[in-house]
Amino acid sequence: MRRLLASPYFVVIALTLAVLLMPLVLHSTFYLRIATLVFIFGLAVVGLNLLMGFAGQVSLGHAGFFGIGAYAVAVGPTSLGVPSWLALIAGALGAGVIAFIIGRPILRLRGHYLAVATLGMGLLVALLFNNEADWTGGPDGMQVPRLYVLGWRVYGPHAWYWIAGTSLVVGAWLAVNLVASPTGRALRAIHDSEVAARMLGVDVTRYKLAAFVLSAVFAAIAGSYLALFDGLVTPQEAGFLRSIEFVTMAVLGGLGSIFGSVVGAAMLVVLPQVLTVFQDYEHIMLGLVMIIVMVFLPQGIIPSITALARRRSL
Amino acid sequence: MAEFLQFAFSGLTVGAIYALVALGFTLIYNASDVINFAQGEFVMLGGMVTVFLLAAGVPLPFAAFLAVAATVVVGLALYRLAIEPARGASAVTLIIITIGASILLRGLASLVFDKSFHSLPPFAGSRPIMIGGAAVLPQSIIVLVGTGTLVLALWLFLSRTLIGKAIIATAANRLAARLVGINTGAMVGLSFAVSAAIGAVGGILVAPITLTSYDVGTLLALKGFAAAMLGGMGNPLGAVVGGLLVGLLEGFGAGYLSSSYKDAIAFIVILAVLFAMPQGLFGRAHVERV
Repeated sequence: MRRLLASPYFVVIALTLAVLLMPLVLHSTFYLRIATLVFIFGLAVVGLNLLMGFAGQVSLGHAGFFGIGAYAVAVGPTSLGVPSWLALIAGALGAGVIAFIIGRPILRLRGHYLAVATLGMGLLVALLFNNEADWTGGPDGMQVPRLYVLGWRVYGPHAWYWIAGTSLVVGAWLAVNLVASPTGRALRAIHDSEVAARMLGVDVTRYKLAAFVLSAVFAAIAGSYLALFDGLVTPQEAGFLRSIEFVTMAVLGGLGSIFGSVVGAAMLVVLPQVLTVFQDYEHIMLGLVMIIVMVFLPQGIIPSITALARRRSL
Repeated sequence: MAEFLQFAFSGLTVGAIYALVALGFTLIYNASDVINFAQGEFVMLGGMVTVFLLAAGVPLPFAAFLAVAATVVVGLALYRLAIEPARGASAVTLIIITIGASILLRGLASLVFDKSFHSLPPFAGSRPIMIGGAAVLPQSIIVLVGTGTLVLALWLFLSRTLIGKAIIATAANRLAARLVGINTGAMVGLSFAVSAAIGAVGGILVAPITLTSYDVGTLLALKGFAAAMLGGMGNPLGAVVGGLLVGLLEGFGAGYLSSSYKDAIAFIVILAVLFAMPQGLFGRAHVERV
């Protein structure tokens, strides 16, 4: 049991079990819908965590990539006649290529300068979706045609629960594998000290870029899923607040913890639903919870709790 | 030429507010390494408290004074209750705390006040003054003069008073400052207070022009942050120049190119500047100790 808990694949096994068993408990489609949203945002945050938690590079513009994925499956079938599944793949590839092109100059910046550059990039994408109304429907957004796979219409929380759940497990598995590989070691070395990593022969630029591209692809796929699931997409999906939400999820759950990413996503998806009972006090409670969690668990929920448990057992 | 002046004035007016927000970012960042994303909420509080006190029958100067005082209390509370207890946490954790605080303050404002837009009556009438063919609202001039006065006062405070010098010493090296007997905790708290006051004054000055509501803070924080980075984080002069530049870029961008892409124009220039000068316009090169 100990060895299992310590294994990096524990996360993947736990997530697989969670995805498989949750439908037994979640009877209403409302709960399934919430779980699906958790999986979709979890996927984006796992990707962002590779960039922030492992490579140590902040991005305040990841909703831009999320939006690219979302609008790919909206504009592709509507205006260009591309089938949804192909548009999804094209969106993910497009986001990756854009991340690759802008990553080189942007990732030379450090810390807060990188934050403001990514923020600007995300803002440009959101503005484009907002203003090119002929293609995107402008600020009101646009309808997203349903996804057809082999003539089967993918629709409703049940279908999307399994698609998003499977994707999250695969995404987490990829992330865990990456972290345990030499690439993961190189990323962590960059996080600790860029200069030291470079001295040891780590190609810092290349690894940072790889993490950036990968996180962009994760975000774009998640964006496509959300658009197809909701059947509607608005420029807000690419907006600044969405970017902040991703970062908050990653930090709340714990940077550098794949499981933490899913927990962080779950928290920010579920909490507002629960807090609606407080009606007007909803935002006050949300802000309070964020402050309290960060003050008492400064490393994020999962890493802080793990550290506490370890101290207890010694 | 008249057109050019017109765009320049409208850009400078907005830019002055960005400059004040950026200045608030810089003060807190220098004293505590915290990027305070609740900075925009200080601006919102200044405007909203004044609006509601005025509506309650309090005369404008007194209402403005009370609004600044209330915002200072909020700034101090933010430091005492949320930032200080998390001392030693990583920069990104502190950022999330300030984002939480900004959501909290927005929620409180929508509850205590309301969710609609409000305006203050212009302080000196609304008849435009013609300058070189451009029509300038008296309030714009008040915003510009007010910002200039505030920046000057802050500079005098930091460079001519003992407390101001103690703040600068704390920003330069906290341990060394503590060793010479400066109460660094109090100095960081004071930075939050001054920052809150600057934001609130900005919010009051601009409310007659741009309207105010419970959620104006987010966009201001975003622009102010970008302006501070453009100038070079940690440099007060850079913050002011950065703020005015972002405002001017928006003014000219909206006037000459496209009003729906004015933010894009500002950010493209910011990106271009950062690619050429990765530390911003006035920032110092970062040296990492290994």
